[in-house]
Amino acid sequence: MTLTPHAMGTAVPRPEGPEKVRGRAPYAFEHPAAEPLYLFPVQAAIARGRVTAIDTSAADALDGVVLVLTPETAPRLSDAIDPDHGVLQSAQVHQHGQYVAAVVATTSETAREAAELVRVTYAQEPHVAALDEDSPELYGPDTLVTGAPSDDTRGDPDAALAQAAVTVRATYRTSMEHHQPMEPHTTVAVWEGGRLVVHEATQAVSWTRQTLAGAFGLAEDDVDVVAPHVGGGFGSKGGTHPNTVLTALVARAVPGRTVKYALTRQQMFDLVGYRPATIQHVALGADADGRLTAITHDVVEQSSRIQEFVEPTAAFSRGMYEADTRRTSHRVAPLDIGVPTYMRAPGEAPGSFGAECAMDELAVALGVDPIELRVRNEPEVDPEEGLPYSSRNLVACLRRGAELFDWSRRDPTPRSRLVDGWWHGSGVAAATFPVVRFPGSEARVRAARNGVAGNGSGAPRYVVEIAASDIGQGAWAALTAIAADALDVPVERIDLAIGDTAFGSASPAGGSSGTTSWGAAITEAAERFRDKYGDDPDDGDAADATTPDNPWAGEYAMHAYGAHFAEVAVHADTGEIRVPRMLGVFAAGRIVNPLTARSQFLGGMTMGLSAALHEESVLDDRFGHVVNRDLAGYHIATCADVGRMDVEWLDEDDPYVNPMGSKGIGEIGIVGAAAAIANAAHHATGVRVRSLPITLDAFL
Amino acid sequence: MHADLSLTVDGRRHELTVDTRTTVLDALREHLDITSAKKGCDHGQCGACTVLLDGRRTLSCLSLAVAHDGSEVTTADGLGADGELHPLQEAFLAHDAYQCGYCTPGQICSAVGMLEEAAAGHPSVVTPDLSADLTAGVDLDRTEIAERMSGNLCRCGAYAHIVDAVDEVAHREVAR
Amino acid sequence: MKPFAYERPDDAQGAVATVSADPGAAFLAGGTNLVDHLRLGLATPSTLVDVTGLTSTEITDAPDGGLSIGAGVRNADLAADERVRARYPVLAQALLAGASGQLRNMATTGGNLLQRTRCAYFQDLTTPCNKREPGSGCSALEGWARHHAVLGATHEPADVACVATHPSDMAVALAVLDAQVRVLGAEGERTIPLSALHRLPGGEPSRDTVLAHGELITAVDLPPSPIAARSTYDKVRDRASFAFALVSVAAAIEVVGDTITDARVALGGVAHKPWRATAAEEALVGAPATDDTFRAAARAELVDARPVESPRGGTAFKLPLVTAAVTAALRGLTGREEHA
Repeated sequence: MTLTPHAMGTAVPRPEGPEKVRGRAPYAFEHPAAEPLYLFPVQAAIARGRVTAIDTSAADALDGVVLVLTPETAPRLSDAIDPDHGVLQSAQVHQHGQYVAAVVATTSETAREAAELVRVTYAQEPHVAALDEDSPELYGPDTLVTGAPSDDTRGDPDAALAQAAVTVRATYRTSMEHHQPMEPHTTVAVWEGGRLVVHEATQAVSWTRQTLAGAFGLAEDDVDVVAPHVGGGFGSKGGTHPNTVLTALVARAVPGRTVKYALTRQQMFDLVGYRPATIQHVALGADADGRLTAITHDVVEQSSRIQEFVEPTAAFSRGMYEADTRRTSHRVAPLDIGVPTYMRAPGEAPGSFGAECAMDELAVALGVDPIELRVRNEPEVDPEEGLPYSSRNLVACLRRGAELFDWSRRDPTPRSRLVDGWWHGSGVAAATFPVVRFPGSEARVRAARNGVAGNGSGAPRYVVEIAASDIGQGAWAALTAIAADALDVPVERIDLAIGDTAFGSASPAGGSSGTTSWGAAITEAAERFRDKYGDDPDDGDAADATTPDNPWAGEYAMHAYGAHFAEVAVHADTGEIRVPRMLGVFAAGRIVNPLTARSQFLGGMTMGLSAALHEESVLDDRFGHVVNRDLAGYHIATCADVGRMDVEWLDEDDPYVNPMGSKGIGEIGIVGAAAAIANAAHHATGVRVRSLPITLDAFL
Repeated sequence: MHADLSLTVDGRRHELTVDTRTTVLDALREHLDITSAKKGCDHGQCGACTVLLDGRRTLSCLSLAVAHDGSEVTTADGLGADGELHPLQEAFLAHDAYQCGYCTPGQICSAVGMLEEAAAGHPSVVTPDLSADLTAGVDLDRTEIAERMSGNLCRCGAYAHIVDAVDEVAHREVAR
Repeated sequence: MKPFAYERPDDAQGAVATVSADPGAAFLAGGTNLVDHLRLGLATPSTLVDVTGLTSTEITDAPDGGLSIGAGVRNADLAADERVRARYPVLAQALLAGASGQLRNMATTGGNLLQRTRCAYFQDLTTPCNKREPGSGCSALEGWARHHAVLGATHEPADVACVATHPSDMAVALAVLDAQVRVLGAEGERTIPLSALHRLPGGEPSRDTVLAHGELITAVDLPPSPIAARSTYDKVRDRASFAFALVSVAAAIEVVGDTITDARVALGGVAHKPWRATAAEEALVGAPATDDTFRAAARAELVDARPVESPRGGTAFKLPLVTAAVTAALRGLTGREEHA
């Protein structure tokens, strides 16, 4: 079905907003508990080897210490878990910073002091922590983390490159990056009888429940995971990490007591995933008119030796442009470091840097406007799947952006505009992100005539429950609007409840899939509800549904598109680089909530700017850990780094993607943003920077 | 080692006994269950813990509680009069100047302190003429606001909207 | 974090006596660096002696026409003082370019001078560092050294090597202003020129300053300095705000006709101490106020420079950057419009 929008498309304020601006909306750590205990871990000081001895005597002796757990004393976990989750299960050390012991104490100060008193002795083994594309350990994985094949070749791109009128061959590098949501990863766990109750900073209460149930050999119904408010995630809070298992493990040893563990900011660089560094060899071949005859995008990237994660870096190049021949490939360097994970637009974000900078280089080589070059290579059908598009409005985004950015007045000559000692230039890049629908989200619609909201005998209120997560993207507001339209009532009559496994299973806030997956489930439940009870239900009438399959899956290729424009200024003396203006124009289906959608696009663009100019986790391979391990060392953009930011979206009516007509907007804002900035930096200075972040040394 | 002290938080006086190592932030969050101030980095690098301490914006994570016996602390929850939202809180809502909300109470406390600093004639590094007479206050354009708010990181990337929100209140107050 | 006692003596003499008598005691002022270090396990005092309110929080006019700044004056208040802004703009700018609004409200004048290097390896207890653990080696030499020294560092021998930089902006401005630091010790008061307060690492990188344990900074005196009315602090960093300097330049210049008659230059982000660029100053005086002169002066200062040549990010880029930043700063002060 397709919904008729009433609330959708209007600015629905975040229902949780007033509590958030006061600081009253509770995040995981803030869940009240009587006499909680505080956990502080002991972390490995080597990258690989074995713990040979742990002396906990000084810690044990400290007043206020309740328990010190080591691999020798920790309760056993199920064997059927990810290697990364096997905390304190063996003496093996597979990464610097790995948990090797944990202390619980009555105060946070005592726990930390005691952890510092634990003495660990190691037998160190040689480790490898440098991403080296000549490493003999490189291997070709079977699949990317998305499940798509690692390598894909169409035609003979090498032959096409050899014959192309114009070619561009370049190597691009992107840095290891860390998500660093402002709320550190946090677990508050208590065992009540045989049940485990967890307040967790997570994008996916159901996935957390599944992991914990598996680790402890429990039925999923015996685990409650609660997360009504989550302080950002960007992917790191999608999967479950060792900290969550550790907290639950420690809590198991002190049944009935609540154990709290919020990672320090430094620990956030060790244990909760990251975006892996990539080395991207890109080659483009074109005929004299600028039509692509070959695209190759061959990637080498890092992962962890204990658990594979293959960033789908080159996947961007599989569907973006028409080309006669094409090759994409991934090779992985298994390192003795923590496990990478999804980070906002995994694959698309780093992959678009290489691919969209290469398009700019090709435009320069051809003497063709970079927008025109992209228009000339616009595919008729999706090059990857051979399917028609449900809708594709990349060209419209580029054209509209060009208009807003005064592109026609741009002199394409690099290093041609010096204003008050700063070289200025502008750049463009394209963006895309697939429409993702995860199965299995359970939604329930229940009438509440005298119930929760106490509305007496007036019009019915509707309680809508789903174990969705709001990590800031605006699920509270968006799902309220969708439920209102699905039930054909004003938003004021909806009482949404999310972030709790009590509401069943749900897919994560990730992959820009939330609104699609949860919205489709809510829509289905509402439809069943209205079929059954009409518009005048009795108190307690309820209907359930699970995310339905999309009947159009396999018939159409479904993606959102966008165009980034950036103005860059580079100081003529010092090389300092600034981005005074960015514009993003997006075609992403129906925009469910324009108020919060603008924030999501801006947020993605801002994170893209941050990646372009600032972000680099410096992995010192001698030690095997990130050494710029705090927010003074790992720079993310500050308020002063952000100039004028404009966002616009095109009206797009796509009946195929889902009942809302929406495509998902959480990630596309970051895709291509760094490329637009790098391309603008080249236009400003004539210097082509092919690695991120772009810092002033490139221009000295 | 422990110390007895009192803190007045959002207008309410509290007597407490804390470890000398306890920060004002942990005293609020772990002893008084006042969680409006957030712990983001615990090292003064993110601003999420910003409160008004004796009227000035301060990082509560770097302030030892024992050194602030008798102080007045205002968190974002205590900014509004009589349970109402402070104008900056209203502006943050109107401009959607936040996403996850975790840095938000610190941003808002910081903005309140910052507007008072500007009104009192405190310059910033982007103030055009440092030798000017600033006794009537510093006029805050977007560049000034962004610079002065740069001690508060926002990973969701709400900066453009944060500047919009602060700008609106700054100029409403100047017009007053 | 180790437990510690907290004491608040009645006066500065009492604080000095307490700390001087106890090797495990440390002064606490604004706390912005010390509390950070307590938590990292870098500082492990057994007693904290709070000097808040024990040193002056006033900025007073000195009889010689200079200013005297109490050690307890907060960075924000010092930067806002109209006498500082008008007479010593380099100092106001340096303060405002440092840290964040919140930190400037907390940090004191004395504490700012005594902040320690932000070298990542110094702050990381799992890596060797001669400053933190004498004799253990310098991890930065072949590590992530983007913020490290090009001047006056110790590259060898390995057991004393240190290429750390001093992170204070304010101190660089004070160096160019010929500030004097008043210090109270158990034996009484002494005055140290700012430029002699901080040390080069030499063979003892664990020592940042010449202060003895228990000595307390009570005030900083600024001599009258007509040239300082035309002074600037230019800070080059990796973010537009809230970041430590890669290179900073504090400069004052006097030009008569086309000729430079007096010049003061100090550099930040390049050495273990605020670096007074005397060779550059000598090259400037008497020369015409042109970009060529400015560049030559910067290069004169860098004659003995030795960057960190690290495979993981060294400081070679700072050599052209110092030249560029000095040139831009001096050009800005002389109001001319040439560009590189």
